[in-house]
Amino acid sequence: MPTYELKVNGALRKVDVAADTPLLWVLRDSLDLVGTKFGCGLSQCGACTVHLNGGAIRSCQTRVAAVASGAVTTIEGLSPDGSHPLQRAWIKHDVPQCGYCQAGQIMTAAALLAQNNKPTDAEIDAALAGNLCRCGTYPRIRRAVREAAAALRGEKLTETGVDVTAGLAASTCCQMEVCA
Amino acid sequence: MKTDVTTMDRRSFLRVSALAGGGLLLGFALRPLHQASAAEATAANFKPNAYIRIGADGKVTLIAKNPECGQGVKTSLPMILAEELGVDISTVTIEQAGLDEKAFGRQFAGGSRSTPDNYEVLRRAGAAGRMMLLEAAAQTWGVPVAECAALSGTVTHAASKRSLRYGELAAKAATLPPPDEKAITLKSPADFKLLGTRVGGVDNPSIVTGKPLFGLDQKLPGLLHAVYERCPVPGGKVKKANLDRVKGLPGVRDAFILEGGDDPTGLVPGVAIVAETTWAAMSARRQLQVTWDEGDVAAHTSAAYDARAVELGGMPGKEVRKDGDVAAALAGAKTVVKSAYSYPFLAHATLEPQNCTAHVQGDSVEIWAPTQTPGGGQDLVAKTLKIPKEKITIHVTRIGGGFGRRLMNDYLVEAAAISQRAQAPVKVTWSREDDLRHDFYRPAGWHFLEGAVDAQGRIAAWKNHFVTLSNKDATEPVRSASLSADELPARFLANYRLEQSFIPSLVPTGFLRAPGSNAIAFVMQSFIDELAQAASRDPLELRLELLGEDRILPPPASGRGPAYDVARMKSVLRRVAEKAGWGKKLEKGRGQGIAFHFSHSGYVAEVAEVSVAKDGTLVVHDIWCCADVGPIINRSGAEAQVEGSMIDGLSATWRQEITVDRGRTVQASFSDYPLLPLSDVPRVHVDFIESANPPTGLGEPALPPVAPAICNAIFAACGKRLRSLPISQTDLSWT
Repeated sequence: MPTYELKVNGALRKVDVAADTPLLWVLRDSLDLVGTKFGCGLSQCGACTVHLNGGAIRSCQTRVAAVASGAVTTIEGLSPDGSHPLQRAWIKHDVPQCGYCQAGQIMTAAALLAQNNKPTDAEIDAALAGNLCRCGTYPRIRRAVREAAAALRGEKLTETGVDVTAGLAASTCCQMEVCA
Repeated sequence: MKTDVTTMDRRSFLRVSALAGGGLLLGFALRPLHQASAAEATAANFKPNAYIRIGADGKVTLIAKNPECGQGVKTSLPMILAEELGVDISTVTIEQAGLDEKAFGRQFAGGSRSTPDNYEVLRRAGAAGRMMLLEAAAQTWGVPVAECAALSGTVTHAASKRSLRYGELAAKAATLPPPDEKAITLKSPADFKLLGTRVGGVDNPSIVTGKPLFGLDQKLPGLLHAVYERCPVPGGKVKKANLDRVKGLPGVRDAFILEGGDDPTGLVPGVAIVAETTWAAMSARRQLQVTWDEGDVAAHTSAAYDARAVELGGMPGKEVRKDGDVAAALAGAKTVVKSAYSYPFLAHATLEPQNCTAHVQGDSVEIWAPTQTPGGGQDLVAKTLKIPKEKITIHVTRIGGGFGRRLMNDYLVEAAAISQRAQAPVKVTWSREDDLRHDFYRPAGWHFLEGAVDAQGRIAAWKNHFVTLSNKDATEPVRSASLSADELPARFLANYRLEQSFIPSLVPTGFLRAPGSNAIAFVMQSFIDELAQAASRDPLELRLELLGEDRILPPPASGRGPAYDVARMKSVLRRVAEKAGWGKKLEKGRGQGIAFHFSHSGYVAEVAEVSVAKDGTLVVHDIWCCADVGPIINRSGAEAQVEGSMIDGLSATWRQEITVDRGRTVQASFSDYPLLPLSDVPRVHVDFIESANPPTGLGEPALPPVAPAICNAIFAACGKRLRSLPISQTDLSWT
């Protein structure tokens, strides 16, 4: 089997895998980076989204041989300590239900915000249209992306959620924005 | 203020006890210390019961007993403990319990039961811990326990201004006897500080950083990866397979046939490929050639079911319920409405495909599984592999979506059987195609309705001939295909008749979120609208009239199901109408629809607002929901369940359908079984009436009203009445 030297989350990683192996399975089985999820293997759900040179790609349809010397970023490498504005916003808005699609949602949103830190709602909808959520966390995804975009612009939104600083801690905030 | 247990509602006390299997519940909920393991009950480690551990270092660990599939119980159930124990939820560690039903009672995620089954038990468990810590402090200080107070992990004695942290009291508390069960004092709900607030999911930090949590994320030393080819027709058997060719492919360790049995809920016949990596197994599968004996199901086709249902609908069915004289009421009616409704099979399509990791070593089995019923999985593996239950350990992983699919444990027994044969730890991964084609589908169903409206515009009679799928011998409905004789509008009308006919079917069916209700509500609440139209009545007003006087209907005679509090349903209906601005003037092409449904003890009403363009393009703008499930435990989690239920219901109603052709499921991917994308998601508005009833579950009851609310809104917008689902199959264009 051929050997590939991949640049993943800033580190060089050597793997011996078949040339047609999707990046998804290299990450999950060879590199123990299981944050990137298998949902369909057909590029239809977005759960496997990672960044290749900063752009969002579906790792289930990207063969390892095609990655070459490109820089791969997975959810584990999005920030050193889980402090990316999207990760913080996801916690503040208590976005996940089952949680399975969320790494893909966040990676797609991160690629969007890296290009455009003031996306309209339509731009958010369009960018994330290929990331399916079976639990229906979409309204909170929208809020969290707006919040993270504002944070990247150095602005503060008044959207409410659970208390991000306390982790599990309860907050006494008022009704969520959709019902206000 | 404290509530003494002796004043606790006798019925709920008995209910809680009965659920534990004859009063044993308090025995294990408040297991005495000597029943805790010796290591756990050391002086430094206070463990008043199976749910709570407090170390001398002050670390508080609370156990989440039930599987977490996104319904939020890993967060909400420990909140109940934390409230009564008197600890800040932000300071505790929450641990997922493995399967141990001796310690925890039944551990399952289904029927929206986690909250109602565990609320009192967990309150009492937390309270017992708090009382022992209070007693430890009182003894330490030599003061009456009544003068001590517990709050935020600290006991204080106000008079002497002394305080001790729970960690400092753990050693002493561990030596005390647990309180007498009758003496346990619960907090008054008025004093709750945590319950009813918004708390983020306990696993959120791990989810957003990609930590291993799910079934598919499990790793073991020497783990091999397997795929399993099942017959495309359920019940089919393997005749032969090119195993030698497959075994020679790169990375493949073994390939073999498992004989399996006839029952799709157990180990089904198939061919296993065991390889070094998931991809090697998946790649090898493309070279696999199997000859099948397809069996009887190959004669079954959805289109034939539809045709047969129409035939049966034109004939009398078997009487299931008869109130009054429907025939006379129909004959004397001002207007009679006749309609036929139908709905398709649906798949669960959990985003995490079915999977399981198993390691069978001799007669001992260890399993890591995303299952909603770990106890059922243990039983099935024990029975199939002929290994004693006690030798089977089940680790409950986070579940990437349940929706009822993982009430079945077919994928558990599959992994165990493959590991046993391969003599290695094995993870079995299903493809998306496997997942959609080997599901236990929400059964399709057909309803042939006749309704009468009298001269005063009241519903005078209602007849329903329900054609449903049955077992081969046509003696009983298949799983999840029955309709209660007490389902509304039964018991609300003087003249009501329910008939039933069977179409024998071998398509595997099962429980999908709000089983039964997810289909029935569409039919009943749409037909009420048709009668409102015929009577020129406002759909809300007619519903309130149908519900009638405030009263409590007793539990169904079958004993299955709770009482029905009519006032609670009318309250949520009125409230949601008010919030949605029901009755407001809308332009042609835009409309609102209303619906209500009672399921899983929850009272839920919803209003949808949609636009239908002249070319038939549907836009769903808003869905409002008002639910009464009693007091709310975790407000963020509760709102999430309702938001998700509305979007899930919309997704299914709009676009989803499973069809069967010659026994095979036609749909195989998200391109032909679509989930709603973000761009089609409406604004969703969640509102609760927190009545002073025992809290009940929210995983399911907000789903059933979605379909009829949407379909009724489409009728209001453009005059097209949806009588079959999904909506996408109907041309909505108008002029």
